[in-house]
Amino acid sequence: MRHFIIVGILVIVMAILTYVGLDVAGIATQMHPIAASLQSVSIDWLWNREIIAISFLFALIIVPMTYSLIVFRRRKGETGDGEHFEGNTTLEITWTVLPLFAVLAFAYMGAYSLGEINRVDPDALVIKVKAQQFTWTFEYPEYEIVSKELHLPVDQQVVLKMESGDVIHSFWVPEFRVKQDVVPGRVTEYRITPTLVGDYKVRCAELCGASHYSMENLVIVNTQADYDAWIAEQRAIAAASQTPEGRGQLLTVKNGCIGCHSVDGSKLVGPSWQGIDGSTRDFADGTSAIADDAYIIESIRNPQAREVTGFSPSSMPPYTLTDEEIANIIAYIKTLK
Amino acid sequence: MKNVSPVVRGWLFFAIGFIVAYSIGIGLVFVASGSLVYSHLVTWILASFAGATAYSWGASGFSQLTKGLVWLGLGALAGFALGLVVELVVQGSLNWVAPIASLFALLFGFTGFFLGVAGNNAVSKGLISQISGTLIGAIFVTVIRVLMGLEWKGPFIFTEPAWVLGAFFGVLFFLAGNGSVSDWFKWARGIDTPEHHEEHYSGWEKYLNVSLDHKVIGVQYTITALLLISIGGLFALVFRTELAASQLQFLTTDMKLFGQNGPQLYNTFMSLHGMIMIVSILLGVAGIMNYVVPLLLGAQDMAFPRLNAFSFWLAVPAAVLLLMSLILGGFDTGWTGYPPLSAKAPLGIQMFFLGVFTAGWSSILGALNIIATVIRMRSKGMIAMRMPIFVWAAVATSIISLTATQLIGLSFQLVMFQRLFGMGFFDPAKGGNPVLFQHLFWFYSHPAVYVFVLPGLGVISELLPVFARKPLFGYRWVAMSSLGIALVGFVVWAHHMFTSGMNEYLRLPFMYSTLLVAIPTGVKFFSWVATLWKGKIVFPTPMLFVLGAIVVFLLGGLTGPPNATVSVDLHLHDTYFIVGHFHDTIFGGFVFPFFAALYYWFPKATGRRMNETLGKIHFWLMTPSFFILTFGMMRIGLLGMRRRIADYDPGLGFDATHLVLTIAGYLIGLSVLIFIYNFFNSIKNGDKAEGNVWNSRSPEWQVPSPMPMHNYDQPFEVVGEPYDYGLPGSQYVEFAAPAKSKHN
Repeated sequence: MRHFIIVGILVIVMAILTYVGLDVAGIATQMHPIAASLQSVSIDWLWNREIIAISFLFALIIVPMTYSLIVFRRRKGETGDGEHFEGNTTLEITWTVLPLFAVLAFAYMGAYSLGEINRVDPDALVIKVKAQQFTWTFEYPEYEIVSKELHLPVDQQVVLKMESGDVIHSFWVPEFRVKQDVVPGRVTEYRITPTLVGDYKVRCAELCGASHYSMENLVIVNTQADYDAWIAEQRAIAAASQTPEGRGQLLTVKNGCIGCHSVDGSKLVGPSWQGIDGSTRDFADGTSAIADDAYIIESIRNPQAREVTGFSPSSMPPYTLTDEEIANIIAYIKTLK
Repeated sequence: MKNVSPVVRGWLFFAIGFIVAYSIGIGLVFVASGSLVYSHLVTWILASFAGATAYSWGASGFSQLTKGLVWLGLGALAGFALGLVVELVVQGSLNWVAPIASLFALLFGFTGFFLGVAGNNAVSKGLISQISGTLIGAIFVTVIRVLMGLEWKGPFIFTEPAWVLGAFFGVLFFLAGNGSVSDWFKWARGIDTPEHHEEHYSGWEKYLNVSLDHKVIGVQYTITALLLISIGGLFALVFRTELAASQLQFLTTDMKLFGQNGPQLYNTFMSLHGMIMIVSILLGVAGIMNYVVPLLLGAQDMAFPRLNAFSFWLAVPAAVLLLMSLILGGFDTGWTGYPPLSAKAPLGIQMFFLGVFTAGWSSILGALNIIATVIRMRSKGMIAMRMPIFVWAAVATSIISLTATQLIGLSFQLVMFQRLFGMGFFDPAKGGNPVLFQHLFWFYSHPAVYVFVLPGLGVISELLPVFARKPLFGYRWVAMSSLGIALVGFVVWAHHMFTSGMNEYLRLPFMYSTLLVAIPTGVKFFSWVATLWKGKIVFPTPMLFVLGAIVVFLLGGLTGPPNATVSVDLHLHDTYFIVGHFHDTIFGGFVFPFFAALYYWFPKATGRRMNETLGKIHFWLMTPSFFILTFGMMRIGLLGMRRRIADYDPGLGFDATHLVLTIAGYLIGLSVLIFIYNFFNSIKNGDKAEGNVWNSRSPEWQVPSPMPMHNYDQPFEVVGEPYDYGLPGSQYVEFAAPAKSKHN
C-alpha cells in the first residue's frame, strides 16, 4: 500500500511538472506561432486539453515504471525471482473502459472544434487562388485584381476557392492554423477569419516538386481602411496597365511565370529575365543562340527544346498561350533591362 | 613494419590510400570541369573508399574482405568506363557525369564485391543475372521501338518503357540465376529434391548462398536489414547536413549529380531515406520472426522452406532497384509517391515503384509462411493461450502484411501504367481522381505502421518478464491487444487525408476509429508497467533497449492522438511535428526492440555474447540524442516548419534548432556504428555463451548455443505457462527423454 501512495503522489507531481515544462517550452497553452485567426482559438483550446491529458498519461506510465526500476531492482547478492502474480481482470477492465471514455470525450471535443472552425459566414469575401509549381496567385473577382500577395481585411471571413493546374499543393499559413490541399481537377475551399493585423506567409505544405521549399507568398492582414486603400491602388495599377507591357506583366503574374523566373537578376528555378532580351544563351549541348522573339516563343511553348546551361528545363511545363498574349509578355520582358 | 600492430598499420595504409585517391579525385574533377574543387562529393567518396580498402589491406593483409573491396573498386571503374563508352556511342558526346556510367559503376561494383569476397555465390550470380536481365529486357523493348519507328533513346540511354521492362526482367533473372527457384523448376520437370538440402557451404559463406534453413534465412534478412539501415541512415545524414543551416549549402541549384540538381537530389535522398528504412524494417521484422518463431514453436523449420528462401531473395533485387532509382534521375515525390507529381517525376520513380512492388511481394509471401507455420507446426501442448507472446505479435503482423500489402503494390502499379500507357487513373483531365490514389495507398501504408511496430511490441512483452523475473501481467490481454491493434488499424487510413479534400463528413468516423487505437495500445503499456511492479529487475543491454523502447514508444503514442483530432491535425499535418511523432513510434516500436532482440538472441545464433560495455555505450549515446532529435522536430513543427523541404525561411529562426538536430543525428549514426562494430567483432571475439545466458524459461534457451542445425534433437511438450517466473517447480516445456535441459 505504501508503494501505491508514494507513486500516486509522484504521478501528480510529475504530471504538473511535465505540463509546466511544456508551457515553458512555449507549446502548452497554445501552438505557436502567434494565433491570427478566429479558427485558431478552438484549435488551440483543444490542443491545450490534449497537452493536459498527455502530461497526465506520461506521468501515469513513467512514474510507476521508474519507481519499479529503482525500488524493485535486483540488489547486489540477491537471487531468485519477483513476486508471482499473473494478472488482474478487474484492473484490465478498468484500464480498458476508462480510456474508452477519455477517447469518446476527446472525439466529441474534436468534432465540436471542427464544427467551430467550419462555421460559415454567408457574407464571406470570395478570393480565387491558383496554385502551381512554385508560386501562388490570388484573384479578387469583384475587383478584377490579380496579385501575388494575398491581402485580407481583418475580422472578416474569407473563403478561398483554390485550384491547381499541375500537382497537389497545400495552403497553410501557420498563424491561421488551418491547412487545405489544392487538388488538380477540382476546387477546394479554405475558410478563415483573420483576427490580427500583420504580415504572414502562405507556405505550401504538400510536397510539390524540386522547389517545393520556396513556394511561399506573402499574406498581409490589413485593417479595413488599409485593405480598401490597397484595393483602390491595385485597381488603378490594373487600369494603367492597358498597354502591351502592362498586360504582359499581369500575364506573368497570372500564369505564375515569376515563381521561377526573377525579374531582378536573382537566380530561381529558371533563368532570370533581367537583360535576357538580345543576350547570348549557352546551352548544355555546347551550342548557343541569341535570345530573340522566336527563341522566347519557343521557350514558352516548348521549354524542353533546348537546355540552358545550369538549368533543368524539365521543371517547366509547356504553356499554351495565344500569339497576342505571348507578344505582350515579350513586350514586358523587353522592359527588363 | 613486421612488429607494428595491425590496427596501426591499417590506419597508416588508410592515410596513404585516402591521400592518393583524394589527389586523383581532384585531378579527375579538374579534367572534367576545368576547375579545382576540393570538396566534391565524388572525391570524398573515392578517397573514403580507397582509405577503407587500404585499411583492410594493412590490418588483415590480402583477406577475403580486402579482395572484395579491391574487386568492388575494379568493378566500379570498369562499369564507369563502360558507361562512358555507351554514353559516347549513343548520345555522341562524352559526359563525365552521365547517370548511365554511375549506374554501371554501382552494379558492377556490387557484383565485383561479392565475386571478390567468395568467388561464385548466390549473390554474385543473382546480380550478374539481374544486370543481364535488365539489359535483355531494355534491348528487347528498344528493338521493338526501332522496328515500329518510335523514338528509341532517352536521357538515360534507354526509353522509360525499356527501363521498366528491363528492371522487371532483372528481378526475374536474379531469382532464376541465383538458384532460389531451381527446386521448383526441377519439380515441374518431374525430378524430386530432398526435403532438407545438405549444407554445401561452411562458415559464413552459407549466408551468401541459397539456404532453406530458417535460421540462416533469418540471419540473411537481418544482415540485409542492417545494411539498408546504414544506407538509409547515410542518406538522412546527407540531407540533415544540408538542413543544419538555412539557405542551400552544398545541395545547391548549381550542382549536378545523377542528372539532378541540388534540391532535386535533396528530394530523392529524402524520399529514399523513407522507403529504404521501411524496406529495412520489413526485412528486420522478417529476420527476427524467421529466426525466432520456429524456435519458440518447437518446429524444425518454417512450413514452406523454399518459399521462405524465395521471399528473402526477392528482397535483394528490390533493394538494388531502390538504389538504381537514385541514379536514374531520382524522384521528387517523397515515399508516398502521390500523383500527379509522381506521374511527372523523372525515370527514377519507376525503379522506385518496381522496387517497392518487389519488396511487397517478399513481405506477402513471408507473412503467409509465418501464419502457416504458427497454425500447423506448434509443438505438443502449445495451445493458443500458451504460445510465447512474440508469436501472437508475429501472427497479428502477418495478417496485415498478407492482406494489405497488395494495395500499395496496386496503387503504385496504377501510376506506373498511367505513365507507360497513358491510362488516366489519377489524371483529372482524363476523368481520373488524384485523391483515389491516396485512399489505396494509405489502406496499406497505415496498417504497415503496425507491421513495423507490432513485432517490436512483441519483443518488449517477450523480454520484459525475463529481466523483471516475473510473469507477463495479463498475458491474454496483451495477446488480444496485438490482434485488436491490427484489426482497428485497417479502418483508420483516412486520418492521413484530413486536409486532402476528401468528403468532409468522412473525417469524423476516421477520427473516432483512430482514437480507438489508443485503447489496445494503452493495455500494453499498463501491462508492461504492472509486469515491472514488484519484480527483481536486472539491467543487461537487451533490457536497457526494452526500457528505452517503452519510453520512446510512449512519446510516440502520446503525440499521436492530437493528430487524430481533425481540427488540431489541420495545423499539424505535413509539419515536422508529424516527423518527430512517427520517428518516435518507429524507433520505440521497431528500432529499440530490434536492437534489444539482436543483443538478446545473438548468443543463440553465435554461441557468443556481444560486448556489454559497447552495448551500454550504444544505448546511452543513442537514447538521449534521439530524445533531443524528436523533441526538437516536434517543437519546430508546431512553430511552422514544413516537412520535406530542402531549405527553410531564415526568418523563422530555426537555424539553431536545426544545427542541434543535425548533431543529434550524427550522434545516433555514431552509436549505430559502434553497434555494427560490436556485432561483427563479437561473432569472432565475443565471450563464449553457450548456455542459458539470460536464465530464460523459453524453449530455445534450454538447449546449447549456437542452435543445432535442425533445431531441437528431442521434441518438447508444453506443460505449463510460458512466463511463470517466481513460481517454484513450474516448467514451461519438458523435453522428451533424455531431458537435455538444465532448468532453473
